[in-house]
Order: sequence, then structure tokens, then C-alpha cells
Amino acid sequence: MTMDANASTMAEPAPRRWQQPKLIEATWLRWAITVAVLLYLALALGSIDANWTRVIEGIGRAGQLFAGFLTPDFLSRWGDIQVGIIESLTMTVTSTVAGVLLSVPIGLGAARNIAPLWLYALCRAIIAISRTFQEVIIAIFFVAMFGFGPFAGFLTLSFATIGFLAKLLADEIEEIDPAQVEAVRATGAGFWQVIDYAVSTQVMPRLIGLTLYRVDINFRESAVIGIVGAGGIGATLNTALDRYEFDSAAAILMLIIVIVMSMEYMSSFFRKWIQ
Amino acid sequence: MPVITSENGSPKSWTVRTYGQRLLTWLGWLSLVALTVVCWRVMTEGTIWAFVYDAPRQAADIFGRMIPPRWAYADKLWLPLWDTINIATLGTALAIVMATPLAFLAARNTTPSPTFIRPIALLIIVSSRSINALIWGLLLVAVLGPGVLAGIIAIAFRSIGFIGKLLYEAIEEIDQRQVEAITATGASGPQVMAYGIVPQVLPAFATICVFRWDINIRESTVLGLVGAGGLGLALESSLNTLAWPQVTLILLMILVTVVISEWITARVRRAII
Repeated sequence: MTMDANASTMAEPAPRRWQQPKLIEATWLRWAITVAVLLYLALALGSIDANWTRVIEGIGRAGQLFAGFLTPDFLSRWGDIQVGIIESLTMTVTSTVAGVLLSVPIGLGAARNIAPLWLYALCRAIIAISRTFQEVIIAIFFVAMFGFGPFAGFLTLSFATIGFLAKLLADEIEEIDPAQVEAVRATGAGFWQVIDYAVSTQVMPRLIGLTLYRVDINFRESAVIGIVGAGGIGATLNTALDRYEFDSAAAILMLIIVIVMSMEYMSSFFRKWIQ
Repeated sequence: MPVITSENGSPKSWTVRTYGQRLLTWLGWLSLVALTVVCWRVMTEGTIWAFVYDAPRQAADIFGRMIPPRWAYADKLWLPLWDTINIATLGTALAIVMATPLAFLAARNTTPSPTFIRPIALLIIVSSRSINALIWGLLLVAVLGPGVLAGIIAIAFRSIGFIGKLLYEAIEEIDQRQVEAITATGASGPQVMAYGIVPQVLPAFATICVFRWDINIRESTVLGLVGAGGLGLALESSLNTLAWPQVTLILLMILVTVVISEWITARVRRAII
């Protein structure tokens, strides 16, 4: 046996070098993808018609922006900044609460294991609409309907929260342990009692975690939708940049970063405390 | 936690929480409601309710103007669509190039200096993530002037934080024994990197990049609103001229693009996993 095996290895022409296995195994596919990528890059880079003189002028402005970050100006526009921040924060709180209140029933309806088919289809359709379009596009419509200001922003963020929270909640409910539901139902519990004792106890930690995460996202988005007139700090930032007041803009950006970071820190703290 | 409470000699009854826990939860909810009410009052101070009550009529009016879409306008949209796809793809590519070394600098097990370089890398990642692509767009349009280039860089700057964060978490979660095994063969630093670490994070890396590309397609459709090129630019000009039938067509185009990119993403992810 061993002699045979030795003989056969001896007979091989040359020892093969070991090669790392590739991410894409088929050689032709690897080459085809490489060629396609190169071709695309050539076409795409060729179609950027950047105005290079403008770009070079811009480098000086980038310096100003950077200098603005080193010497942020909180004071000269403090009134505007304060109004914007308060609008953003209040919008975040109210829209998250409203979003959660709407997401829970829709999420229950969109879970196939507890909802009938017609309700499932309806709730999934609502979620799909909310998820497809960016907050900004939804904000444009709400601003056109409800007028400028944080109320339109509140509606936008609430609507966007549904797409996020209801979908993840529904997915979570679909993955719960059916044995517990069965057990509670076997005691003669009604529909709402099953939801209360078997479903909610299993998904509650996740729901709270997702809500805290969404608070974070809603604040970030509230800084954006102001650009199209839906209130919040985004409007202040937009004005500052339109006036080329880079030091005020830098101050606003720093405030946004600080608030986002402290919110992220607080939500991770809360999530640890809950679990 | 399940406990048993007994009320003056009557049979014991089971409740989910103790009295103190219930009081605490109740107080928590009360303060949340109070906070919401206060925020609502502050937020709606400047709201003109006449506009709000008028909204259903406005909505009916807008949707009435939006249909039917102006199909002939599609001819003018192919170039913005191409720009949008380019912004997303080139932006993602640029972000990958910058985020990969950053992730290796930020991961606890590969960083050259945990006390000095790691905090800087983490700070870059956090700042990039805190600022939305549209705000990066605003900044870059102010700096570089309107156009596709500002859009690409805006997408790239936003994606650095996302790719960097997920990638450095993937690097920190690798199986350390494989790295040790490669080190034990006498491999040099770059060899350990190439044979011990990279193969372990490559699938995660590919998934992260494709995932971000999908998000970037969505974001690049609206970047034009601040002047950074693509379909958003057409949307902005149609909105400014109140050409609602064109708006419908653009939204339909965005919808189709997003669905296709989601389909591609799902295919690629299934191929990788």
C-alpha cells in the first residue's frame, strides 16, 4: 500500500504549488467579471465631466472649511442653531413615539404566523411603500401638503419609522418559538392573551433595542430633511452653507456629531441595562 | 421575573413582576408620556394649523396633477440615471479603497498602536457615520461646485464609516488560532495578513460592500437635490417648475432602479454565502 502510494507520487511530473482558494471559483467567471469591471470603470470615469478649474478653486474653500472646524463659530448664529437643534430633538422624540405606536399593530399584522393573509398583504404593502423612498422624497411631499416646518418633518420621520420598525418587528415575530405560543394557547388564552404572554415577552427586548436604534436614526434624518423645508437643524445648516459661513456650518456639524455620539452611547447603555 | 404574591391570606396568585418593579415601569412610562407631550407642544408652537387641515385637499390636488406621468420625459432621464449609478458605484469603490486600511488600523487585533492610532481611526469612522450623505453632498457642492464629482465623494465619505465599522468588527471576530498557526510557520507580517486574516474576513467584506452599494444607489437618487448630480437634479428642477407629471416619472424610475439593485444585491449575497 504505502509503496504503491509512494510510487504514484514519485511518478508525478513535478510537485504542485499550493494556491489559495479564490473567492470566485470558476476561472472564466473571474475573468469575465474583471473585464466587465475594467470596462465599466473606463466608461464611468470617462463620463464624469468635472469642471477642474472649479475643483482647484474649491481646494481653497476646503481649506476654509477645515479652518472652520478648527475655529467653529457657535455664537454669531446661536439663535438659529438653538431653534434648529430644539426642533430636531423634539421631532425625534415625537416621531419615534408615534412611529412605534403605529409600527406595533402594523408589525403584528405583517407577521404571517399570527395574521390572516389579507391583513398580512396590506401591512406588508404599507411597509414596502415606506421603505422604498428616501426620507427626503417623502419629506418633499409632506412639505407640499402640510406646509413648511417641523410638523411635516414629524410626519415624514413617523412614516419612515414604520418601514423600519414594523418590518424588523414582523420578521422577529415570525421567528419566535412556536412552542411557547402553543403552550399559552393550550391554557385557553384568547388572542390578546397569547400576544401578551407568549409573543410580546419574546420580542420585547428586540423591540426596545430597535426603538433606541431608531431614535438615533431619526435624529440623523431630522438633520437632513430640513434641507427640503421640513424643519430642524438641516435648514440652519443649509442656510449657513448657502452664505458660505463655514465656521457656523462647522459648529452645526460638530453639534450634530456630538449629539449623535452621545445618543449612540446612551442607547447602547440602555440596551445593556435592559438585557 | 415571575414571583408569587399573596394578598392577606387569600390564595396565592402569580404575577409577572413584583410591586416595586411594576411601580418603576409605570413611572418610566409616565415620564415618557410627559416628555412626548412637552416635545409635541414645543414642536407645534409655530405650526400653522390651517395648512394642516388643508392637507387632504392639497394631497388630492398634487396627486391629481401627478397622473398620468409624462412618458416622453424619459428620454432626458437616461443620462441622469447613468450618473446616479456611477455616483453610487464609484463612490462605493472609493470608500472601499479608503475604508479597508482604516478598518485594519481600527481593529483591536491588527492595529499598530492601540493607544494612539486606534482612537484616531475610530474617530474618523464615527464622524463619517454621523453625517448623512446629503449633508456631505451639501458640503462638497459648496467646496467643489455642483456635479457628479461632489456626489461621488459625498457617497464615499459617508460609506467610509459604514464599511470601516462593519469591517473592523469582522476583523476583531476572526479565529485567532488560524493567525497563530500561520505565524508559527514563520510567516512575516504581510504574509500573516494575506493568509491568516484576509481569507477569514473576505466573505464578510464582500457582503458589506454589496450591502453598502445597495444603500448608496438609494442615496444617490436624492443627492441631486443639493446639486450633486444624478436623478435628484432632474427631480429638483421638475419640482421647482411644478412639473408634477415629470416628478411621477422620476419617482417611478427611482423605484425601478432600487428594485433592480436590491435584486442584484440579493443574487450576489446568495452567491457569496
